[in-house]
Formats: sequence, structure tokens, C-alpha cells
Amino acid sequence: MPIALEIISPEKLLLARDVDMVVIPGTEGDIGVLPGHSMLITGLRGGLVDIYEKDQVTDRFFVSGGFAEITESRIAVLADEIVRQADLDPAKAADALAKAKAAYEAADLNNADAYREVSDQLISAQAMVDSIAPGKAE
Amino acid sequence: MASLKSLRNRINSVKSTRKITSAMKMVAAAKLRRAQAQAEAARPYACRMGEMLAALAASEAGNPNASPLLVGNGKSKTHLLVAVTADRGLAGAFNANIAKAVRTKAKALEAEGKTVKIFTLGRKGNDALRLDMKDKIVGTKNFVGKKAASFADAEEVAQELVRGFKAGEYDVITLVYNHFQNVMVQKPTEQPLVPAAQPTANDNKMEHNYEVEPDDGSLLERLLPRNLAVQIYAALLDNSAGFYAAQMTSMDSATRNAGEMIKKLTLSYNRARQANITTELIEIIAGAQAV
Repeated sequence: MPIALEIISPEKLLLARDVDMVVIPGTEGDIGVLPGHSMLITGLRGGLVDIYEKDQVTDRFFVSGGFAEITESRIAVLADEIVRQADLDPAKAADALAKAKAAYEAADLNNADAYREVSDQLISAQAMVDSIAPGKAE
Repeated sequence: MASLKSLRNRINSVKSTRKITSAMKMVAAAKLRRAQAQAEAARPYACRMGEMLAALAASEAGNPNASPLLVGNGKSKTHLLVAVTADRGLAGAFNANIAKAVRTKAKALEAEGKTVKIFTLGRKGNDALRLDMKDKIVGTKNFVGKKAASFADAEEVAQELVRGFKAGEYDVITLVYNHFQNVMVQKPTEQPLVPAAQPTANDNKMEHNYEVEPDDGSLLERLLPRNLAVQIYAALLDNSAGFYAAQMTSMDSATRNAGEMIKKLTLSYNRARQANITTELIEIIAGAQAV
């Protein structure tokens, strides 16, 4: 029995199809979602969304963050920013990481909101750089 | 009666105006289709976001520590009106309607003794409102030179609004934009952004069955600013679709008016020409008889 996957960016519905399993980067750790998963809403950190069909990764997307809504027969990934892993640009990723690091250094550590924002940014940028290295998450 | 030459000149100038307006109409029609498709494409995200938010907000009902973005900060002294307009004109009353709606709303709020601040999104709204409400405008942003507003733009605006709200610069945020009903009707609409929705005890009975990670509160903390951006983005898309629709209709009627004008001018041109010929004939005949 497949599970209906929807990957949605704010601009458009990116992908909607039935797959066997999806692994998403939840804020509290990676979550493998199979059909019949209990109902769950979770935040996403920066990382890779892996789509499995017949025990093979058939598609792999990088998300910078977002949310996922999971029901027994459906998973909706609401991504802030999403790119196919193959389309990631190493130069851009390195640039984003450098910027996030600079922002992190400059951040006011006493302001919890601002601190959380820059650290989220840093994690997401680091994840983007890591995602480029092939086969790392295998 | 005007001379033949001046009539001919006028006919030519109206004809070239008609060419321009009809070309603008075609361009607006093409852009309208694209803008509508974009608005359509953004709907699934907003839809899912709304569902998730509703589920989480219901569980926050009665929680005194619920996020201020959701339930407000308990005051309603200072209102921020976000006026969404287009960057360009030639679209009938499209932009003027928003300026009017903002003025009416601002007057009504001031009559209740509230302070009003205005944030203008789009150049035309800023141009119109700064004439008489310059001191109330706290911020402005436009997308001149861009094809269409992107989500990143909406997010920037949302961040600015959240920052202002958290700093206590305003207590209530309302979005005023043209809702695109159909090609003929764009309705100025007010939409409350903050507080998002007061969860009522009534909502409790449809309490969600979701497990939530990390937890309701901190997820809402991330979801709410995001939702703000989504709503602003939706308004921007609605605005651009509405703008092209308004431009298309107004350019269509301009083209038709030009056609009527040309008809009238041609008629008086022909009359003048015939009168000239008749006079000339009379002169010739009178001359021939005199010989």
C-alpha cells in the first residue's frame, strides 16, 4: 500500500505522487514515514527528504526548513525552500554557510528569538553544504 | 468649424492612442492569465497551512500564554493598516479604491480614539496616501522593476511586521487589498493578520488528534510568522491578478471610447470636406456665369 506524498513550496505544488516511504528531517530527528503512520505534525530542519520506491531512493530533495503534516494515508511536506539535491549549487551553499556563520557570530545571544533564528539558519546552511556530498546519507 | 488639417491631425492622434490602449489590453490579458495561474499554484500551500494552523490554534484555546501573534497582545490601541496596491496605474479605480478604503478605515479608527499607522505595499498606494497621511506612513515597499512579487518578498514584509509587533509599535495589523473575484470585479477587502484568530472554547470540541513535534507552543511560534508571510503573499498575488484584470477592462473601454471618438471626428471631417467642395463649386459656377 503506497502513501500519498505532496511536496509543496509556497509558490507551487512541486510533487504529488504515491510512494512507498519518505524520510523527512524532523526538528527532533529524521522520521521515516510509511503508510499507516500515526497522525503527526512536525517542524522540519534543513536536510534531505528521501523518497523510497521499491527499497530504492528514487528522488531526493533538499529542504531548508518547514513543516510536515502526516496522516495514515498521506504526507504533506510544506517546505520553506526546496531544491532537488542534484540541482544544489556548491558555490551558493558555501556562500549561504559563510553568511549564516557571520550572522551567528554577530547575533545578540541574549535575544532568544534572534538567536533561534540565526542558529536555525546556520543549521540549514550547514545541512545544505553537507547534502551536496554524494552518498553521505546512505 | 475646425480646419480640415487640424481635424486630420486629431483623427491621427486618436488613432495612435487607440493602438496603444489596445496593445496594453492584450498585454494585460496575457499577464492576467499568468498571474491567475500563479495565484492558483500558491493555493495548496496556503490551504494546508490553514488546516495545520486551525488544528494547533484550537488546542491553544483558553491558554493565557498563547502566542501574541495568535491572540493579540491584549491591547488594541495602535492599528497598522497594510495597504496593498499595484506599482503602476492605468487600471481605472483599482489603486484609488484601496486608498479610499484605507482613508475610511483610518477615519473610523481615529473616531474611536485609536492611533493609526500605515504600511504601504506597492508604489501607487504610497503615492496616493502620502499626500494627506504622510505622518502616518511607517514603512513602504514596492516591487518596481520586478516581474512579480516572490515569496521571499512577502517573507521580508512579514518579518518586518513581526518585528514591529514584538517591539510594541502596533497592536493590531489589518491587511487591505483588492480581492480578485473575477475579471470584472475586484473588491477592496480587509483581512485581520494579527491577532490571527481568537480560538474559542467552541473549537475545543474538534480538538485535533495529531501528535505534535516538538510541541504545540513552539511549533505555533514558527508557524505563525510563516502564516503571516503566506497571507501577505496570497494578497500580493490576488493584487497582481486584480491589477491586470482592472487594467484590461479599463484599457478595453479606452479602446472603445477612442473608436467612438474617431467616428465622430471622421463625420465632422467629411462634413467639412463636403462643405468646402460645395463652396468651391458655387464659386466656379458663379464665375462661369459672370463671363
